[in-house]
Amino acid sequence: MFAIEKKDTTLLLIVAVLTMCAPFILNPFPTDSAMAQFNAGYPDLMQRFVIFGIFAIGFNILFGLTGYLSFGHAAFLGVGSYSAVWMFKLLSMNVIPAIILSVIVAGVFALIIGFVSLRRSGIYFSILTLAFAQMSFALAYSVLTPITNGETGLQLSLNDPRILGTSVSADGGIPVTSLFGLEMRSTYEMHVGPWLFQFNAGYYLCALLMLLAFYISIRIFRSPFGLMLRAVKSNQQRMSYTGLNARPYTLAAFVISGMYAGLAGGLLAAMDPLAGAERMQWTASGEVVLMTILGGAGTLIGPVLGAGFIKYFENIFSKINDNVLHSWFSFLPDGLEDLMVTLVHPFVGKGWSLTLGLMFMAVVIFLPGGLVQGGQKIGKLFRRKKAAGHRSSTATKPAE
Amino acid sequence: MSKMNLTRRGVIKTGAIAGAGLAMPTYLSAQTQSGYTNAPNGDTVTLGFNVPQSGPYADEGADELRAFELAVEHLNGEGDGGMLSTFSSKVLDGTGILGKKVAYVSGDTQTKSDAARASAKSMIEKDGAIMISGGSSSGVAVAVQGLCQEAGVVFMAGLTHSNDTTGKDKKANGFRHFFNAYMSAAALAPVLKQLYGSDRAAYHLTADYTWGWTQQESIQAATEALGWTTVNNVLTPLAATDFSAYITPVLNSGADVLVLNHYGGNMVNSLTNAVQFGLRDKQVNGKNFEIIVPLYSELMAKGAGANIKGIVGSQNWDWKVESQMGARYTGTNAFVQSFGNKYGFPPSQAAQTCYAQTLLYADAAARAGTFNPCAIGEALAGFEFDGLGNGPTLYRADDHQCFKDVLVVKGAENPEDEFHLVEIVEVTPTEQVTYAPDHPMFAGGALGACNPGA
Repeated sequence: MFAIEKKDTTLLLIVAVLTMCAPFILNPFPTDSAMAQFNAGYPDLMQRFVIFGIFAIGFNILFGLTGYLSFGHAAFLGVGSYSAVWMFKLLSMNVIPAIILSVIVAGVFALIIGFVSLRRSGIYFSILTLAFAQMSFALAYSVLTPITNGETGLQLSLNDPRILGTSVSADGGIPVTSLFGLEMRSTYEMHVGPWLFQFNAGYYLCALLMLLAFYISIRIFRSPFGLMLRAVKSNQQRMSYTGLNARPYTLAAFVISGMYAGLAGGLLAAMDPLAGAERMQWTASGEVVLMTILGGAGTLIGPVLGAGFIKYFENIFSKINDNVLHSWFSFLPDGLEDLMVTLVHPFVGKGWSLTLGLMFMAVVIFLPGGLVQGGQKIGKLFRRKKAAGHRSSTATKPAE
Repeated sequence: MSKMNLTRRGVIKTGAIAGAGLAMPTYLSAQTQSGYTNAPNGDTVTLGFNVPQSGPYADEGADELRAFELAVEHLNGEGDGGMLSTFSSKVLDGTGILGKKVAYVSGDTQTKSDAARASAKSMIEKDGAIMISGGSSSGVAVAVQGLCQEAGVVFMAGLTHSNDTTGKDKKANGFRHFFNAYMSAAALAPVLKQLYGSDRAAYHLTADYTWGWTQQESIQAATEALGWTTVNNVLTPLAATDFSAYITPVLNSGADVLVLNHYGGNMVNSLTNAVQFGLRDKQVNGKNFEIIVPLYSELMAKGAGANIKGIVGSQNWDWKVESQMGARYTGTNAFVQSFGNKYGFPPSQAAQTCYAQTLLYADAAARAGTFNPCAIGEALAGFEFDGLGNGPTLYRADDHQCFKDVLVVKGAENPEDEFHLVEIVEVTPTEQVTYAPDHPMFAGGALGACNPGA
């Protein structure tokens, strides 16, 4: 179906079901229970899951297939965001032109940077992309202040022209982003007993675009073009000895992944019309590398898992403060309660990155293939019980 | 490559999923039950405290969070009640707000607009926060204020000193108790004239974001009105930690005053660099070289150590103000005492403004009789109060900015302990720092209409 193999169709359908039912899956605990802390099914975080999923899928097309490690992908994300916000300021609050422009601008930007950077490979390529990204960050941060509004970030205001829309909404505020009238922030709330599920229009737009991005990525992975990219990764020298020029292939991959990043940036701005320079900083570029490796580089589903994992930690663990800890351990005697809180304290709240770092180390050391490899190991464990020695060649192989 | 294996089950499955996906958006619509976002319907009301727990303003953020916790305690009738007893409005009785117990959630802004908005969004969407407060950077405050306006909750700004917060970027749902760069400049100018004369050449180093820009603009305008000249203004990145490269050109610029438009960790580093380069021992144009830090705090003085001695700046509030300047600043001692009892040291001005904002919000809700942001906005606009440590104060309706006395302070020459690093030079009365709502430095924005959300 969809002109892809059965195995990939199944994967696509699983991802589709998961994203469509995410409001249920991510909110497993009743709203007023103590475990509600771990619920992630609210619009903003769900949007981030799928948007950074798109970002990581795109990064994986470059890194997973060709092995070129770009350390400057956040630049494309930032450029996408800025173009989208400018569209909202100048044209209208409809998200379609904004998203289209952000993809195009990011693509052009990737073409320029890729053209220069891809003259080198390995560590030199990584350093070049990092340099370009930091350059873009510095430009956005202080030099191009009229276009980017520097550290404060580019925002909408009441006196933007918006030639195809209105500068001021009917009730005197800044109009909100919409898809032909369907407001991105509109949310349908479903109360089922003690549970609350939120279905957000913006999330479903992002989710549909992520499914599209995922489908295109499957097609690229299984195409002759994808095979060429894998050839670049396994032995570029041998490839050039056979008379093939690798650069057009790598450049195409670079531009495609840049456009994915631009799409992600445009969607971020469409969900929340603000673009800040810190979106382009090297830490943001490093984050997508972490996402891809954590999930499993070179696998189809890995980057999406990695993106979800990191965003979950950033948004859920960072909000556990001492108050919450005390309420968890309140059943213990006083001294013991304080001791437990002191022990757990460094790993939650502002220490969330420490926990994430430890998890990352554990994954890299014990599961070099990322979370996908972990899933396969567990799967194999169960399968072996059913049918010992069943063929394992169907397993998605992580990139070498 | 294409394989089309159509099975009945497969077609039905795919069709159902695609149908559900396509039909979903038509079911979505904003739900209106109570008329405003996150109307509290249990016996608690949730406030969101969004402060920097990492980045250059982390110290201020930690102190803000302490003040918020203290304010929540007092609102719920725990502790000694702090400024509730001195506050001129008496509707708060220690039973929470409108009979609902106050709960709170906290988050980390990381001193980044993006992260701050994500954190505020999760408070609004997940935790049901009805009010967001905090922030130690004007860039972040402006970004979060914009978000709160869109989402339809009240934003009670914490430490934000840029003119833009209640100027160009003001919002109907946003309120600021803290003073601003214009007020600092207006308060400092007479003192500067008295101390350093009216013939000076100033060199500005400015943090490169909304707060730095507006403060530099304000100080330049105020000092040029005294007869000073401005030699140069150099913008420095907020993330910078070493300012030596920016200090060297000052030596040969012919300037005899250095204005550091820096705050928090930035100011500690730039001041230390400037002193290391011997600027303070220099003679230029026959005058002693002077350094000015327009916005000041005890936390910064602590960080800068001996380098801060004798350096002039301004503050919104100081914990010593009531005991040194008299009963006009009542509330200060009550607050300092309950803060000191709980944490063991006196509060910073960031803590005071956050504590006051929380009380002001609670009081406005109690007076309005509802948590509806529009009703609270009406209760706060034009509200005159006293007893929160700053003397008589007005929440101006035109721009949601508080008008009150401003403190001009100086680094102590011989501090008796680490809590007396700053001494109060004088208090500039409200009238002297008041400006018209359409002053050019604040023009260009509009409050717009209040947004109750949902």
